Amino acid sequence: MSRNVVPVGPYHPLLEEAEYFTLTVDGETVTDIDLDIGWMHRGHELISERKSFTQSIYLVERICGICSTSHPLACVHAIEDVDNIEIPERAAYIRTLIGELERIHSHLLWLGLAGHFIGYDTLWMWAWKYREPVLQMIEIISGNRNHYGMMRVGGVAKDVDPASVPELRKQLDTIDSKMDMIAKAAKDDPVLKSRLKGVGVLTKQDAIDFCAVGPTSRASGVRGDVRKDEPNDAYGLVDFDEIVTENGDVYDKLVVRVLETIESTRICRQCLDKLENINGPVLNNVKEIGIGEGIGRYEAPRGEVFHYVRTDGTNRPIRHKVRAPSYVNIPTFEASCKGIPIADALITLASVDPCYCCTERSIKINHAGGDSPGINLLQLSRAKTERIRRTIHG
Amino acid sequence: MIAEYLFFILIFPGLLFTAVLGLIVGWVDRKVSARFQFRVGPPFFQNFNDFFKLLGKETIIVKDSIHYMFITAPLIAFGMLVIVSVMVGTALFYNQGFGGDIIVIMYLLMVYSVMVIFGGASSGNVYSSIGAGREIKLLLGDELVFILITLVPIIQSGYQLQLTEILQFQFMNGAVIASLSGFIAFVLGLIAIQAKMTLPPFHIPEAETELVEGPLMEYSGGLLAFWKLNHFMMYVVFPLLLILLFLGGFHLQGLGILWAVLKYLLIVVLIIIIKNTNPRVRIDSALNFFWKYATPLAFVAVILAVLGV
Repeated sequence: MSRNVVPVGPYHPLLEEAEYFTLTVDGETVTDIDLDIGWMHRGHELISERKSFTQSIYLVERICGICSTSHPLACVHAIEDVDNIEIPERAAYIRTLIGELERIHSHLLWLGLAGHFIGYDTLWMWAWKYREPVLQMIEIISGNRNHYGMMRVGGVAKDVDPASVPELRKQLDTIDSKMDMIAKAAKDDPVLKSRLKGVGVLTKQDAIDFCAVGPTSRASGVRGDVRKDEPNDAYGLVDFDEIVTENGDVYDKLVVRVLETIESTRICRQCLDKLENINGPVLNNVKEIGIGEGIGRYEAPRGEVFHYVRTDGTNRPIRHKVRAPSYVNIPTFEASCKGIPIADALITLASVDPCYCCTERSIKINHAGGDSPGINLLQLSRAKTERIRRTIHG
Repeated sequence: MIAEYLFFILIFPGLLFTAVLGLIVGWVDRKVSARFQFRVGPPFFQNFNDFFKLLGKETIIVKDSIHYMFITAPLIAFGMLVIVSVMVGTALFYNQGFGGDIIVIMYLLMVYSVMVIFGGASSGNVYSSIGAGREIKLLLGDELVFILITLVPIIQSGYQLQLTEILQFQFMNGAVIASLSGFIAFVLGLIAIQAKMTLPPFHIPEAETELVEGPLMEYSGGLLAFWKLNHFMMYVVFPLLLILLFLGGFHLQGLGILWAVLKYLLIVVLIIIIKNTNPRVRIDSALNFFWKYATPLAFVAVILAVLGV
């Protein structure tokens, strides 16, 4: 059979964002894959440098619509890291509670989308229906369903009303029973198993080589979870397991996510227990951020979010660098998508739960034509860091 | 005579009846699927509105396509379905033959799949050609099963190929499905028509999230409207064929009408349940399933039928 090229993107119903994969196929088998990202211009890092710290937190919340508390959390961690700012214990539990609720809703969202990608629309709708209580809980806590606006340097913006805790607990129970059902269904469904087992395997070595993070690497047997490795907020104070599986296929990624969701409900329950007992402020008043640099890490649903902030004593960062988990997870397609049928390759593309909007920072347009956009992202990024280093150190 | 035949072809049980009932059953399918998925579902006239709206839209003919194939494929496919529905319908509703036996029906239904392949392959789009390739493979998988299971009623009725004779046999001796071989053949038939209608789990050629509707990708306007109509008409043609071959046809008097509706709904609901509880299988798993399991089982059914079980 002749060699063919199947374009996935720039606009393709598989993923709702703009991305471009060129699959070289031989019949139905993918022989080569070319990744081309950089179809969106966000400019968040540059905008952030013109905003005050408090505004920056709201800004980075808009980097991702799904993990919309992971970026603010990593950002406040980074800013707090500059001056070693402590946060009240109650605030730590609220942060962890919101973070874990977001993990539940993000994993359920992925589960539904994965169902849609393999043509299982019933699973899609069910997963999204069971996601509804999570959004309701977040609405009870923060007043918003998607962009919560809760994170502040030195704590959280709003306290959780003690009167709402029983209601939150009730909603959590409904999620629990549904998650048990979904976990059982995912583990026992023979059709789902035959469709996903052994598909798009990312070996342990490949996961390490590509520096994959989050559920993508944990499904391949690589331990690594910021919540366990460098516990911040209340993660050191609650009891939960790190889910690691060995096979690295799409099925294992599904299992990891489903089990993580169940762990998340455990964490949420512990947080709610503590919130009933611990009283006190939720926000330390932070007047000034000193000169220095800070690093913030947080285990987003997709993996480790990394924020770097450099300050010069004013109320705005002079450099704010964001690395989203998809940035390291997307290149793993090079290892996992070759030599498998198109049908498998496409679910593998979706299996890392990629978020292109979060990943992309800038775009290079060559007016003379010929050069594809996004090709020199890394060089541009390095050159910019170098330029800033020069201005600081003279 | 000619007026009667024209009535058969154009109104009942041909074009108009099949198209209208198909669109209504298509609505039932969408509504039940929506209920499965905690959605509200479309209003009753949605399918009709879609069809007429598509007719009024611009039909874009791809420059690189093979024009005559691209344009005629949906229309020929439509014609095939009308003829099949007339043959099956006259046997079921009037108990009279329409100049064709079960072998002709097999041929015409295969032509339908071939038209999907032609339409997809002629459009010059990479997704369409892959979709057409998958349709060929799927046809290779389900066709043999489909032919084998139709042998079961033929053998049981004493090697009769005429639809009316098969019906007559079932009026006399009870429905084919009551026997073991008939039951196996009916179950396999349900699965095979799932593949023939390219419904989940066999919507492999159209695979929206992979191939963007595959063979239908480049179709628009009126031609797309006909493909959609064809799809809904299959909700009439295939269940009626199964009823004719396995469930003993209709007795359209008194309670018989209720039974007729129940038989039809039974098959449609089974199709919808299978559709909503399965993910899309890979094309190689589908072939694996049809060749390794379904075809041998169909052979077993045929042998059982010969043995008279």
